[in-house]
Amino acid sequence: MTLLAFDWILLIEKLVLIAIIVFASLGIALYTTFAERKVAAVLQDRPGPNRAGPFGLFQPFADGLKLIMKEEIIPNSSNKVLFVLGPILAMTAALMTCAVIPWSSHLEMFGRSIDLQVADINIGILYIFGVVSMGVYGIMIGGWASNNKFSLMAALRGASQAISYELAMGLSLIAVLMISGSLSLKTIVDQQMAPGAHWNIVYQPLGFLIFFICAMAECNRTPFDLPEAENELNFGYHQEYSSMKLGFYLFAEYVNMIMSSAIMASIFFGGYDIPFLDESTLAPNVAALLGVLALLTKIVIFIFIFMWIRWTIPRFRYDQLMNLGWKTLIPLALFNMLVTGAVILWRQG
Amino acid sequence: MSVTEILFFFLSALAVFSAVMVLVSKSPVHSVLWLIAVFFAISGHYVLLNAQFLAIVNLIVYAGAIMVLFLFVIMLMNLNAETEPQKHMWMKLAGVISGGCLLIILVSMVRQAVDLPGKTALMKEGNIGLIGNLGKALFSDYVVPFEITSVLFLSAMVGAVVIGKKE
Repeated sequence: MTLLAFDWILLIEKLVLIAIIVFASLGIALYTTFAERKVAAVLQDRPGPNRAGPFGLFQPFADGLKLIMKEEIIPNSSNKVLFVLGPILAMTAALMTCAVIPWSSHLEMFGRSIDLQVADINIGILYIFGVVSMGVYGIMIGGWASNNKFSLMAALRGASQAISYELAMGLSLIAVLMISGSLSLKTIVDQQMAPGAHWNIVYQPLGFLIFFICAMAECNRTPFDLPEAENELNFGYHQEYSSMKLGFYLFAEYVNMIMSSAIMASIFFGGYDIPFLDESTLAPNVAALLGVLALLTKIVIFIFIFMWIRWTIPRFRYDQLMNLGWKTLIPLALFNMLVTGAVILWRQG
Repeated sequence: MSVTEILFFFLSALAVFSAVMVLVSKSPVHSVLWLIAVFFAISGHYVLLNAQFLAIVNLIVYAGAIMVLFLFVIMLMNLNAETEPQKHMWMKLAGVISGGCLLIILVSMVRQAVDLPGKTALMKEGNIGLIGNLGKALFSDYVVPFEITSVLFLSAMVGAVVIGKKE
């Protein structure tokens, strides 16, 4: 039967990998919500959630159950199809990023070499930008379909914020691409892992700072959570949502946070590289599993920094947000790009 | 049928169906969303032709940026199915006839083109669509047209700033 000449085992392998990554991301996101409340509690000198299970460890399940049990309300004046489509788009866009992140090197199993990356495409970074720009639609469509002026205002704010900070984000990455000469995340990580090579943060500290600020803005995290400014907009673009549709919006924010942490770790902090250890001396399977752990550790550190900032810095005003994006970050990113280009030219002689 | 052919027919059907839905939809917001689906289908075709860079740039620029601006305009002006002006029958008819003429001219151009007959599209072959090769070609063979185009974009940007500036 040559009707579909195709490597079916590869397909199964990739499907299993996708399932594991998606469920792991959702599981981590679940506990990120718990960590957020605990970190907030520690920073504000109070115990935090501690009733459900030991140390309150079952709190996220209680929260999830509460959201599922709530009544689904679709407002009469809303656009029904788009109202349902909004949260779906937000969640899909958030999860799509994980396709190009190299979670570790490869596993040797069943006589096959299994790459722990869903797709090593040679435009990996551009793919991430494509997905990020799709994420705007979840906010815009949800806010507009609610047919509520606060939701609409919040959606427009969210979209203009996302578009403004995408530019500085792209410009800060161009400097990294000049150094690596490749758009594939796998290649970028491999270059940082090579013996004698340093992580990109050593060469691009300013680029990382700009990228980090923009990632925070893209995830709608405080101090950039203007689309959810309660005191001005009641609740923001998801004001009319209830039950699990609201849950999807809130959850997508945490998944976005995990994904952007993974991207920052991969591009600037060596991805699954373990510092001061030559992975080639270990057995490939052990090295791969340790690599996953290393990447997860870096992700957890970034998530903690996100939370730390959230509970430390108050929200920006809208004009401050736009000034920071257009008048500070974009010129800085351009300057960074010019300096990087000049240094590379000078070193080439 | 190979996997590539199945994908080709699926993407083509999706593109044509979405394009028809853009025209048929009563609400402007629905039209914009169907147009985004058209861009996705076309990007799929680019991937089949091994032009990955073109595919992703098509998504970032058209689906990700320009369509968001379309949505902005529609939402700010609060256009919806009720306020959409309904055109006269003869206006629609004139549109169909003029559009059909354009289609006939395009089809005849393709049929008369000298270097097209007997050729098939390169599937999954040819490396010019990959980002490294495309960049080298743009910055060596086509550097003058490329730079002139960038000046064109700059003038558009300056124009937008001048229009948007307060007195």
